[in-house]
Amino acid sequence: MAVTERFVGQPVLRKEDAPLLQGQGSFVDNMSIAGMVHMAIVRSPFAHARVVNVDVSKALEMPGVIAAWSATDLTDEWAGPLPMVWPITEDIKTSDHWPLTKDKARFQGDGVAVVLGESRGLADDGAEAVDVEYDALPAVLDIEDAVRDGAPLVHDELGTNAVVHWSHGGGGDQSLFESAPVKLKLRYEAPRTTPSAIEPRGALASPVPSLGEFTLWTSTQIPHIARVTLSGTTGIPEHKLRIVAPDVGGSFGGKLDVYAEEALCLALARKTGRPVKWIESRSENYSVTIHGRGVIHDIEVAATEGGKILGFHVTELCDMGAYFQLLTPGIPELGGWVYMGPYDTQAYWYEFTGIMTNMTPTDAVRGAGRPEATYVLERAVDALARHLEMDPAEVRRINFVPKFTEDRPSLMGLNVDSGDYLPAFERALELAEYDQYRKEQASRRENGDIKQIGIGLSSYIEMCGLAPSNILGALRYAAGGWDAAQVRCQPSGKVTLYIGTSPHGQGHDTTWAQITADELGVTPDDIEVLHGDTATTPLGMDTYGSRSIAIGGAALHYALQKIKDKARTLAAHELEVSEDDLRFEDGAFRVQGAPDKVRTIPELAVSAWTAHNLPDGFEPDLTATATWDPKNFTWPYGTHVCVAEVDTETGRTELLRYVAVDDCGVVINPMIVDGQVHGGIAFGIAEALYEEMLYDEHGNLITGTLTQYLVPSAAEMPSFELDRTETPSPTNPLGVKGIGEAGTIAAPPAVVNAIVDAVSHLGVSDVGKPATPERVWRAIRDAKGGSR
Amino acid sequence: MANVSVTVNGVAREADVEPRTLLVYFLRETLGLTGTNVGCDTSSCGSCTVLLDGESVKACTLLAVQAEGREVTTIEGMASNGQMHPIQEAFRRNHGLQCGFCTPGMIMAAASYLRENPSPSEGEVRESLEGNLCRCTGYHNIVQSILDAAGQTAGAKA
Repeated sequence: MAVTERFVGQPVLRKEDAPLLQGQGSFVDNMSIAGMVHMAIVRSPFAHARVVNVDVSKALEMPGVIAAWSATDLTDEWAGPLPMVWPITEDIKTSDHWPLTKDKARFQGDGVAVVLGESRGLADDGAEAVDVEYDALPAVLDIEDAVRDGAPLVHDELGTNAVVHWSHGGGGDQSLFESAPVKLKLRYEAPRTTPSAIEPRGALASPVPSLGEFTLWTSTQIPHIARVTLSGTTGIPEHKLRIVAPDVGGSFGGKLDVYAEEALCLALARKTGRPVKWIESRSENYSVTIHGRGVIHDIEVAATEGGKILGFHVTELCDMGAYFQLLTPGIPELGGWVYMGPYDTQAYWYEFTGIMTNMTPTDAVRGAGRPEATYVLERAVDALARHLEMDPAEVRRINFVPKFTEDRPSLMGLNVDSGDYLPAFERALELAEYDQYRKEQASRRENGDIKQIGIGLSSYIEMCGLAPSNILGALRYAAGGWDAAQVRCQPSGKVTLYIGTSPHGQGHDTTWAQITADELGVTPDDIEVLHGDTATTPLGMDTYGSRSIAIGGAALHYALQKIKDKARTLAAHELEVSEDDLRFEDGAFRVQGAPDKVRTIPELAVSAWTAHNLPDGFEPDLTATATWDPKNFTWPYGTHVCVAEVDTETGRTELLRYVAVDDCGVVINPMIVDGQVHGGIAFGIAEALYEEMLYDEHGNLITGTLTQYLVPSAAEMPSFELDRTETPSPTNPLGVKGIGEAGTIAAPPAVVNAIVDAVSHLGVSDVGKPATPERVWRAIRDAKGGSR
Repeated sequence: MANVSVTVNGVAREADVEPRTLLVYFLRETLGLTGTNVGCDTSSCGSCTVLLDGESVKACTLLAVQAEGREVTTIEGMASNGQMHPIQEAFRRNHGLQCGFCTPGMIMAAASYLRENPSPSEGEVRESLEGNLCRCTGYHNIVQSILDAAGQTAGAKA
């Protein structure tokens, strides 16, 4: 029977859920292998120190300790350093990053030795017993101080802490930055944050010593990229290294990396012939899994007196941390492509300097560059509105790029694939009852209420769906941006998808099954989706940068077309008609006017499998693989509106409303898309109000556990009100755009703009991020000349 | 070593453990019940929430020996006769989970809270989840799931 039901566009419940709801997840820490040993890392307590001596002898005497090695002991294990794959300029200064450091610890948490124990506790006890002699050095903890003469150097051999400078050059008429009637110079800071997935990282390496083969189960976003790069670090040939990403408990950029611990598990499994497991503690997660943001932005806005924006000129200092991780130097650049936002400007300038510090390496945190850029841009647009005494809604309205449906060149050099910004904006204002809240605001101001309200707007565009390989090549990224999918129609009528993307909560199993069900005339329940295992899935580029549906989904689409082309040939053969007489309708190939002449894909899969009666030259088996390399990024956009109530006596903020209207093109599963938006917004609200990685003057991480780093709970979050416009992307055959990062990009400026708007009549023009009660209270006090 | 006898998901279990063993590691490593997750080292995240004599506790705040003679329910004990518990069903119906790592703790916390307050408001549900962190969902659909399980909403949204 042909399946005629359509699934794309429906809120199909997730295939992933049943095991996760019943405690049957396959998270790395749930795995054990006979003979397994546990790894603990000895980490530097100093932010910057010479490593004078490492003595593991006391650890070796501890019960249950199997082995202990210093960095020097393991020198011969490495075929190369840990990978950094985005050397964004020719003159970037890089130094090798080894899994353990021999000479110098460069941040608090830098690994200097490793211990294997019979249990996790015994390995930890052994690590405590390793005696390391350090010679503490002054630490570099401020990116402005880091470039002053005489500053200590994080990497002595580089001769500077300013290791990379990148600019795409100016776009448009640069003289406008001199001649514009209105020029605003503003500075904003984005403090360090961290992904803080609820599952910390973990890895388990298992050897087959006689073959020199290894399997590494690791909590990662990128099993395919990890395979080729860890092969380079460990010297294990790629064909003898299998990487599996099992269930991954969230990531948000934190597992978009290749880490020392993964290389160490493999190297020590090779050295001992035993499976080696490492599970990160939350404290380790905060000190050694990447941080993000850490930027000082200087932005100049050029505009007319009437509020027409003429240009944005942006200069950034970016905290790279102590080492380059996988993508570190390229992260700010991702923001550099969207600083014009949805606005029609005439001049653009972007440059940044990346600076080494004695703090945790930075890399991609959800949004990666684009939240930083959008925050600065949208804060600046509000500042312009205040300067001109205009409604911030009106300033945005008169500056949006008009609707376009095909590639439109932008001043920063990339083409934006489509956009129709005003409808999403007007819908957001309508949903949020913007005009009504403005009246309420005026009345509270007039009454001098203690609790004032503010309305924060944030209109964003996002460059995602990473990415066209030729553009990545031009940007000096080491890999491509294509992806792959394989479809196998099984003899029993079921379908198996092998996909190159690697989900960690996004619901690919369900979404990919919906696309397949509609194309092949089966149901999502007939489909299994395999991913995250380099031994079984096609070579793909994994999941990050909101790329999976726009690239991996498109690859699936093309694989499905190949299946249908092949099935059509077989159907025509069996029905003894021309292929041109067949139409695929209502889930089957049909001949018009001959209702008995029908073949479903599952029926044809049996024929292709038995191969008893195939057309000449027809290859048995109904399986097809496709890769797809996009011609452009996808460019989602939208407007978010936050209504905040600020207590002017305590500085406490309460979010009364949060409205988001996003355009991510065609929606395959609205339930899953809404979930991505919810999570993205919450991540952004957390950044706006709560989260900040802080170090003391010696480089000790102050926010090293969940008791100091404030990941908000349900009690701190509002409900979200969502709507969509749906402008198909012309970049891919599905018309889809990424949606995993949109909320995180849009939310921080919506929230902080709302807070500033609530107290701007008191003279406040800026509140730093995170806008804690203390910061808000101080901003109010300072605006009043400290006289309160 | 210390001897511990506990009823877990209705089954009497007994084992010798190191006295320092936390209840969560007793469940995960001694009994192999890995549905209860560990997400932090400060009793902040709530991923390890289980029921102890019907009330939610963070299994990382208790030594295994402190559970001596008591009844523990873990996520593995929620479904019965192949049917998921109504709270589990509500989480599925409302997309109350994404990566699924915090989910067992959320469900156990909700089970305990709904017994205490069978008809909570949205605000009460939010307050009740203060000790359970999720990074994926923004809590919106977790709150909806719990309200749905309590019969306080119309259920699955279009």
